[in-house]
Amino acid sequence: MSSQRGKRSPLASVGLHATLIGASVIAVFPVLWVLLTSLKPAKYAITTDFFKDTTLDNYRYLVDKTSFFTWFGNSALIAGVTTLLGVFISATTGYAVSRFKFPGMRPLMWTLLITQMFPMAILIVPLYNLMGQLGLLNQPVGLIITYLTIAVPFCAWMMKGFFDGIPVEIDESGRVDGLNPFGTFWRLILPLAKPGLAVTAFYSFITAWGEVAYSSAFMVGDENLTLAGGLQTFVTQYTANWGPMTAASVLIAVPAAVFFLFAQKHLVAGMTAGATKG
Amino acid sequence: MTVHTGQSTAKAAGEGARGRGRATGERPGRLRRALSTHWYAWTMVAPVVIVLGVIIGWPLGRGIYLSLTDANERNVGRTIGANHIDATYEFVGLDNYVDVLNDPIFVQRLVWTVVWTVCCVSTTFLLGLVLANMLNRQFRGRAAYRMMLILPWAVPGFVSVFAWRFLFNRDNGLLNKVLDGGGISAVPWLDDPTWAKFSVIAVNVWLGVPFMMVALLGGLQSIPGELYEAAEMDGAGPWKRFLYITVPGLRAVSSTVILLSTIWTFNMFPVIFLLTRGGPGDSTEILVTQAFRQAFVESPRDFAGSATWGVLILAVLMIFAFVYRRSLRKQGEVW
Repeated sequence: MSSQRGKRSPLASVGLHATLIGASVIAVFPVLWVLLTSLKPAKYAITTDFFKDTTLDNYRYLVDKTSFFTWFGNSALIAGVTTLLGVFISATTGYAVSRFKFPGMRPLMWTLLITQMFPMAILIVPLYNLMGQLGLLNQPVGLIITYLTIAVPFCAWMMKGFFDGIPVEIDESGRVDGLNPFGTFWRLILPLAKPGLAVTAFYSFITAWGEVAYSSAFMVGDENLTLAGGLQTFVTQYTANWGPMTAASVLIAVPAAVFFLFAQKHLVAGMTAGATKG
Repeated sequence: MTVHTGQSTAKAAGEGARGRGRATGERPGRLRRALSTHWYAWTMVAPVVIVLGVIIGWPLGRGIYLSLTDANERNVGRTIGANHIDATYEFVGLDNYVDVLNDPIFVQRLVWTVVWTVCCVSTTFLLGLVLANMLNRQFRGRAAYRMMLILPWAVPGFVSVFAWRFLFNRDNGLLNKVLDGGGISAVPWLDDPTWAKFSVIAVNVWLGVPFMMVALLGGLQSIPGELYEAAEMDGAGPWKRFLYITVPGLRAVSSTVILLSTIWTFNMFPVIFLLTRGGPGDSTEILVTQAFRQAFVESPRDFAGSATWGVLILAVLMIFAFVYRRSLRKQGEVW
């Protein structure tokens, strides 16, 4: 009976593949097109030829004539530290709310959810003033702290879901062996939660790597810009320097895509854990 | 030595407990007992509580306060070189709210923001659901399809938005060249208010489908296969199986992702800011970009006005979340 269900009529099969191929083309094409354009001389950037005089000139221009690598370095530093701190504190929080019943837990869970609702619009001006007073404008630290507030609430929810899926007996055996809760968390549970950590790391990284509003507002001056701010300098209202811009886009997308490749097989499990048990 | 350590631990944790209000026991005995059982948990959540408290709690309070003043670029305190100029803005009560709510622009922006959110979330959800259902079957090439369909998620949002700007370009963009080749005249994707609205929605849907699809796929995989087999034994067709097993089985996941993506879309800044800057004119400006424009684009920068818009956005979202949660509860969902 169930083997019957697995079979599809040839027509249904064609429909399935046709739809998926169509969707995949739409998903991949914009990205692919940018990649192809970046490999064409700038004067052909706006032609429809897929390949024309393939060259690395745009990349060379980017390296020689712009501050691209400064921006890249700024973004890498900010995203890297955000990821490390974000993973660590969302893991401890997720573990605490998953394993302990403590006064203040429910309000905390609610706060984490409600934080998702805060429009950047209400926080950005006071944060801008606060960072100004603390001397953190144009400093990576300012952005790192800001990004933590965006990434951590959602990550903590996801981590809670992951920890909920790890049997409590493991904690108990750790306690029997004389570990305190920190030891249990650090030595036994954290290694088991690696998929969750991968998802959390990916989410924190992509949040920091791709954020636009705060970085546009907080960072000024060519040498302080992050990639999001730097890329905007290639496009003004009237002209667009498509050649270098596409090359920059490719270089920006690569680290994110690599990170994604490592995390992607855990993403499905991660999202479900966060979404259903959250 | 031991005594000293004990005291400092109790003190540190005690502060954490007081910050959390109700936890403070009436008698020291109860407090101490609470501390000794819960200090592990409190220590673990402390970094998050501190970060959220400082970086969200404080600015939130300050934002609400600013919305009650007439602060702008000229009268806030600032330091130019060695000179410090004190703030001279004043408390004006609810004036800003009266102004904004009486301004027809607010209603305009609110209506478009709601239209934008509803269009984006419903389209994204439907496409995500269809694709997740397809990917949940067994067939050759499944992993490859999944990989390609998730790709937009792996690319930083602002890069994707630039890619689309490139495709949408009126004179030189690929989309118009393709249409031209097919004998259709160029579409002013980003230069005409209606097309611009269509374009920003399309891009946001393109960006949002992978998340929706992955979450729903996860939800589908957690529905036990036996349910489908049993239903099939009872003679239920594919449509009935979808309606009576898949839909209820996905309820927990879908209610969460719909809530989250509604909130995210409502506040979606980069797509609109980078694709159209709210234009042409102000036709694609949503509430959030409007608030950003007042504080960082227009001159003089209107901090109070921006904060007022921010508080109103938050209020709208809170009302939405409250209503949404009540309607879920009516359906028997414990959440």
